[in-house]
Amino acid sequence: MSPIVKLLAQRIALSLLLLLLISVVIFAGTIVLPGDVAQSILGQSATPEALANLRAELGVNDPPVQRYFAWLFGAMQGDLGTALTSGQDIAQALSSRFWNTLFLAFWAAVVAVPLAIFLGLLAVRFKDRWPDKLISAVTLASISIPEFLIGYVLMYFIAVKLRWFPSVAMVNDNMGLFEKLNAIALPIAVLTLVVLAHMMRMTRAAILNVMQSAYIETAELKGLNAFQVIYRHAFPNAIAPIVNVVMLNLAYLVVGVVVIEVVFVYPGMGQYLVDHVSKRDVPVVQACGLIFAAVYIGLNMIADIVAILSNPRLRHPK
Amino acid sequence: MSDTLLKVRDLKIGATIYPPGERPRDIEIVHGVSFDLAPGKVLGLIGESGAGKSTIGLASMAYGRGGVKITGGEVWVNGRDILKGSHKDIRKLRGAEVTYVSQSAAASFNPAKKIMDQVVEAAVEQKKFSRKEAEARARVLFAKLGLPDPDNIGERYPHQVSGGQLQRCMTALALCPEPDLVVFDEPTTALDVTTQIDVLMAIKEAIRDTGVAALYITHDLAVVAQVSDDIMVLRMGNTVEYGNVDQIINNPQEEYTKALVSVRSIEHEEKPPTEEPVLSVRNITARYKGTQFDVLHNVNVDLYPGQTLAVVGESGSGKSTLARVITGLLPPREGEIEFAGRKLSPDLKGRTREDLRELQMIYQMADVAMNPRQTVGTIIGRPLEFYFGMRGAEKKKRIIELLDEIELGEKFIDRYPAELSGGQKQRVCIARSLAAKPKMIICDEVTSALDPLVADGILKLLLDLQKIEDVAYLFITHDLATVRAISDNIAVMYQGKVQRYGGKSKVLSPPFDDYTDLLLSSVPEMKLGWLEEVIAHRKMESAGN
Repeated sequence: MSPIVKLLAQRIALSLLLLLLISVVIFAGTIVLPGDVAQSILGQSATPEALANLRAELGVNDPPVQRYFAWLFGAMQGDLGTALTSGQDIAQALSSRFWNTLFLAFWAAVVAVPLAIFLGLLAVRFKDRWPDKLISAVTLASISIPEFLIGYVLMYFIAVKLRWFPSVAMVNDNMGLFEKLNAIALPIAVLTLVVLAHMMRMTRAAILNVMQSAYIETAELKGLNAFQVIYRHAFPNAIAPIVNVVMLNLAYLVVGVVVIEVVFVYPGMGQYLVDHVSKRDVPVVQACGLIFAAVYIGLNMIADIVAILSNPRLRHPK
Repeated sequence: MSDTLLKVRDLKIGATIYPPGERPRDIEIVHGVSFDLAPGKVLGLIGESGAGKSTIGLASMAYGRGGVKITGGEVWVNGRDILKGSHKDIRKLRGAEVTYVSQSAAASFNPAKKIMDQVVEAAVEQKKFSRKEAEARARVLFAKLGLPDPDNIGERYPHQVSGGQLQRCMTALALCPEPDLVVFDEPTTALDVTTQIDVLMAIKEAIRDTGVAALYITHDLAVVAQVSDDIMVLRMGNTVEYGNVDQIINNPQEEYTKALVSVRSIEHEEKPPTEEPVLSVRNITARYKGTQFDVLHNVNVDLYPGQTLAVVGESGSGKSTLARVITGLLPPREGEIEFAGRKLSPDLKGRTREDLRELQMIYQMADVAMNPRQTVGTIIGRPLEFYFGMRGAEKKKRIIELLDEIELGEKFIDRYPAELSGGQKQRVCIARSLAAKPKMIICDEVTSALDPLVADGILKLLLDLQKIEDVAYLFITHDLATVRAISDNIAVMYQGKVQRYGGKSKVLSPPFDDYTDLLLSSVPEMKLGWLEEVIAHRKMESAGN
């Protein structure tokens, strides 16, 4: 087996193992949480008998290990159980929300990633001059302000005062793509501001690091101009660290948008999760946790795979 | 105008330095240097590190490395003063009229791109040739430079060819745009001697065949004597001597040039073996963890008290691995080591403090072998505390004794490593190992990173200390001149085996085995026409076979 295939297989196996471990942690974590789901369904006035019956019906009394494996095998087959509070099938309820979350994350990434890399390249080209400093200052400021505050500020000025975009990002299946994009313009703007700084600064740092190399001097002494040097010679060698930070931020866009979804009342997974945490609906929380973990691990795995593939020594062994 | 290609007048170059704890300040590193270079001629720039030779070479492309700035003077290329040119003019010059070959081709090739893409880039970008023409030209150059499989080698990535081959690819890269001038910056310094001679010949023939002019920068006068028409000797940014190659080599006028020409003239009489060796390496076979092949095969050598055993070989010969086995860092697969009459534990953990004390080591890179936050006194004092429990005045007295022995003196006791020159740092490392009163010191390429004159000083010091302290050296080096200067016994290593072993006079006199012959005949000699002689000799021999 060639070394690159072996490395990739190892990396993928590691991701699966990690996901399995996380499933244990999520399951164990939700078990030790305080609170009684039967009590929260039936209310304060429920009789002890009714509570005991409901608990038996929900399977809360079975041994935890047995419940874990039942849940795990169900999840592997796409059956995430039913929500305790509403009796809905979780997989079904989640799928449309999950796609909504991915939709928002995707369009935020489409704006943020190229913009961040372009600004990073620009900052390198004008290192320590005013464009670099301006880019750094603005992106740093935007990452330092809490995202809900940026959300409300944009909402006030752009939605309320200027009336360019709606303040509430309601989407449904009957809307066309442009209608949807119009609806989520503000959340996309906020998410872009939040993830831009991190990606842009890492791009800048990674490329500047490469710019110290002797082969950059070779390129300069070939009479190439600054953008050719950066684009042709520095960027290909900075791909691994850049992809790494991009993937981390994509994972954040999927997993960390809870606050934004709540602020803009967007029907994504985050809001669904928050609703059900307050109702102590354990199967829903577990399902959301597992999906978030899978997204996070999957994106990081992609980053590592790109890093392995971008290494010419591994791609073209002697 | 046509008789000078490059005309440099009163060139002054400055740099901003950032001394720790002080304000940055501007210094001048080249103080008004002038020279002329006619088309098709080769000028050798020679000097020690800090002489400004690379800086001058890059100035001929209007380039300053790091914070280096050209502060005055004129640089005329093809009748234009390039220092007055705009950014655009300078970019048109670089990679078209003047090209550059760096010391480390391994670092100067972009690891993410194919060799061909990089070799033709300047020629295509500067619109000298179409991509197709440039590639055809590159293949011709690959063949001319003696690269294997010249039609396809360009499709490989830099890590897929050897160091010597990559250095030739770099030369092809520089010659591809058909420049008027190539700046060669130490192009063979990072190579093994047996590789160096081939690359040197390839470069020389390429210069001759293409009629290009060259600035050839090196610290090795013997090398520059083989390729240059004129030589300029530089020291600390000033011209020491400037003349044709015959005059500089055979009739140097300045004291400094004379010192450079006669460097490595240390005479050291070989001592006969004594009864009992201090170190006996017996049938050592070793491999690194997780690998499938041995890097040392059945190695046997002896080192006698108060003598020097030089272990010489090229990169990959196993000489540093042997040092790791002796120090216990790499337990061998087979064989054993006897030291001072007792058997040494193969593993470092099994060795007593006395074992550690009596067997010391000095490294190639003195600056990374010392804690930069400790003073010289603390560094030398540490083994005194650790092995002998010395404290206070007693310790200080001994530190000063040691500082005197390494010819630095008491005033260095409170200095930090950053305040020392390369040679001084290596001296401090020597004092630190001597402080343990060892029976034997392993010296791993201790002079390789130093300038020739400084290295000479260190070798003289080591020989003097050997007489005073009666310590034995296991001297690992790739440099045969160093071996001649310092050794009593020599082990020539090749591909993990001891190829030739014995007293210095025996090892260095014929009849030779093939490898030792190749190694010895590859060391550049300070004499004109040496390169052609060796190559002609080798061609004759291979024709005879």
